[in-house]
Amino acid sequence: MAIARGIPNVEKRVVVAALLFCAAMLALIAYAAVRLGITVPGCVTNVKPFANGELIQVAPGRYEAHVVSKMFSFKPSPLKVPKGSVVDFYLTSQDIVHGFYIDGTDVNLMAIPNAVSYAQAQFKKAGKYQVICHEYCGLGHQDMVGVIEVTP
Amino acid sequence: MIRRNLRAIIVIELLLPLLLTLFGVYHGVLQVLYRAGIIQDVSFLGIGYYQGLTAHGVINAIVLTTFFAVAFGHAVISQYLDHGVSMAGAWVGFVLMVGGTLVAAYPIFTGQANVLYTFYAPMKAHPLFYFGVVFLVVGSWVSFWAWIPGYLRWRKSHPAQKTPLAAVGIFATFIIWQICTLPVAYEVIVQLIPWSLGWTPGVNVVLSRLLFWFFGHPLVYFWLLPAYVMYYTIMPRLAGGKLYSDFYGRFVFMSFIVLSSPLGLHHQFTEPAVSSGYKALHAALTFLVAVPSLVTAFTLAASLEYGARQNGGEGLFAWWGKLPHFDPQRWLFPYLFMGLVIFVLGGITGIINASYGMASLVHNTSWIPAHFHLTVAGPTFLAILGMSLYLCAGVLGKKVAAPRMAVAVPYLWTIGTFTFSAGLFYGGLHGVPRRTNLGMSFLDSSSDAYRPDWVIGEHIGAVGGCLMGLAVLLFFYVLVRSLLAPASVPAADSFALPDSAAVHDEDAGVVKNFRPWVVAGIIAILISYIPPLVQVLNARYPLAAG
Repeated sequence: MAIARGIPNVEKRVVVAALLFCAAMLALIAYAAVRLGITVPGCVTNVKPFANGELIQVAPGRYEAHVVSKMFSFKPSPLKVPKGSVVDFYLTSQDIVHGFYIDGTDVNLMAIPNAVSYAQAQFKKAGKYQVICHEYCGLGHQDMVGVIEVTP
Repeated sequence: MIRRNLRAIIVIELLLPLLLTLFGVYHGVLQVLYRAGIIQDVSFLGIGYYQGLTAHGVINAIVLTTFFAVAFGHAVISQYLDHGVSMAGAWVGFVLMVGGTLVAAYPIFTGQANVLYTFYAPMKAHPLFYFGVVFLVVGSWVSFWAWIPGYLRWRKSHPAQKTPLAAVGIFATFIIWQICTLPVAYEVIVQLIPWSLGWTPGVNVVLSRLLFWFFGHPLVYFWLLPAYVMYYTIMPRLAGGKLYSDFYGRFVFMSFIVLSSPLGLHHQFTEPAVSSGYKALHAALTFLVAVPSLVTAFTLAASLEYGARQNGGEGLFAWWGKLPHFDPQRWLFPYLFMGLVIFVLGGITGIINASYGMASLVHNTSWIPAHFHLTVAGPTFLAILGMSLYLCAGVLGKKVAAPRMAVAVPYLWTIGTFTFSAGLFYGGLHGVPRRTNLGMSFLDSSSDAYRPDWVIGEHIGAVGGCLMGLAVLLFFYVLVRSLLAPASVPAADSFALPDSAAVHDEDAGVVKNFRPWVVAGIIAILISYIPPLVQVLNARYPLAAG
């Protein structure tokens, strides 16, 4: 094989070791994604962008939150749900790009104008959760904080 | 030797961005003070937090790195390819780059372009900001094109020889740059400029982000590869030895041409427009691009060990002591070596970031700047500082003043960078956002949003940031004193970059020509990017006006 011509064996072994290392890491990531459900938000194109923020109870302990971000607040906020609730978050923006990070959860999304992002979270502990805009959105960016109140 | 008219271009292309970087670094220090709650204001001495953040990113990550790559490339091509730089092309490139920088500086410094270097559409900047960026990038293209005729001439007149490794590395750097800047040029010229001039009503934001992040990751290899050129061709010589394997140096540069682009979606794991499958594919391809860096780690360690053993180094690890860590005669060595030390952690945390499911934990937190300050502010910035001093002093025929202080700079910088990143890593894992003026809310104890659990990380970050600032001040002291030293014409005429021979000088084989690797790279881009592009275009997002 042409590629092998004149290469000291020890470095070929390094390439193989590097490939095996990466393959092992990827296998762990695949395991985490498939078996443990640790994954990334997918493609949401079947939800029309909405203009009003609201919290809808779809069943006992099940909620849908339609969150609208706009300089420099999230609506609705505060968002109140009882402990143990499962909430589907649909997120959009009315002006520019914002971030949406619920402290203490895995919900970490981008709010993009005219597009909708989606994530689900279960709130197992009662208390106040900060919702942080983590994408630069202008002079008031650091004040763009929402609240989720999980009641006992 | 480097010809006189090219020397002028090289020196200005090195010193002008360094001068601007003084401001970029000043605002880096200010940012850690704002973020630690030490400055609790929207601005300080007339410069707003987000205005300064824009200048910090644009100057340090775009202007400095682009100018440096071009200037270093001129020196390498001139030295290794028989003065293969077309002077007309080099001058046109120079004028475009300097003009573009000044044009972009105006809206940034007057506060009309607080959009950070990632553009953030539909956040709008003054049109001159976009025009300036375009001129800067096109100027770097023209400078690159100025090397191509010389390269082809050299190949024709040296049919039996391999292209010198340093020239291969520089060409790889700019082939990657040429490819990855095309989509972002489309974004800026077709989407952003007409919109900022008011000619179009809005921007397809999702498309603009896809185009930007196509550019965003290969950009880091554009930052990194000039440092790799120094690691492969200069550092072994400084260590008193040789490069362990010539073939692997070439293999690594060619691999980057193929692998550096088809993976940008790992910056967009949390975006709504692209399906998880393609995000996963890009995650896997990101792991593949770690392979050439892992090979580099081995080859460079082997080269250093070879050099140390030639100089009497022994034992399993004791040979480390025989490297010129503190030798004022070889003050350039620690700029390269400590960059590599920092890059070990930068590389590992990069692999963490690429790890798909980890995105929800680290995306847009201060973990991310903690990571990239261990890459672009580690190997890249230290190599730029060291080589700028080396080249400026060299082509002007001056001796480096205060070489002991020059040796101290990379160590102080390393301590500062590790401290800074430790604070930001800690904060990031506790949810601290990046790019945020924390002192106005989360780190203000009178605010509703106050987060006492974030204070410690930001304070550690502030200590590190101040040490980094101090290291840069020391560097400028050495640089200015060296520039003020008397010049010697014979020294300038005989100046050349150190050149390392190879222990294993193999037949170049498959790594002889760029063409198959460029073709493979383009195929990889088409496979990995056409389906996500189709998804984004099919979603028919309405334009956003901002």
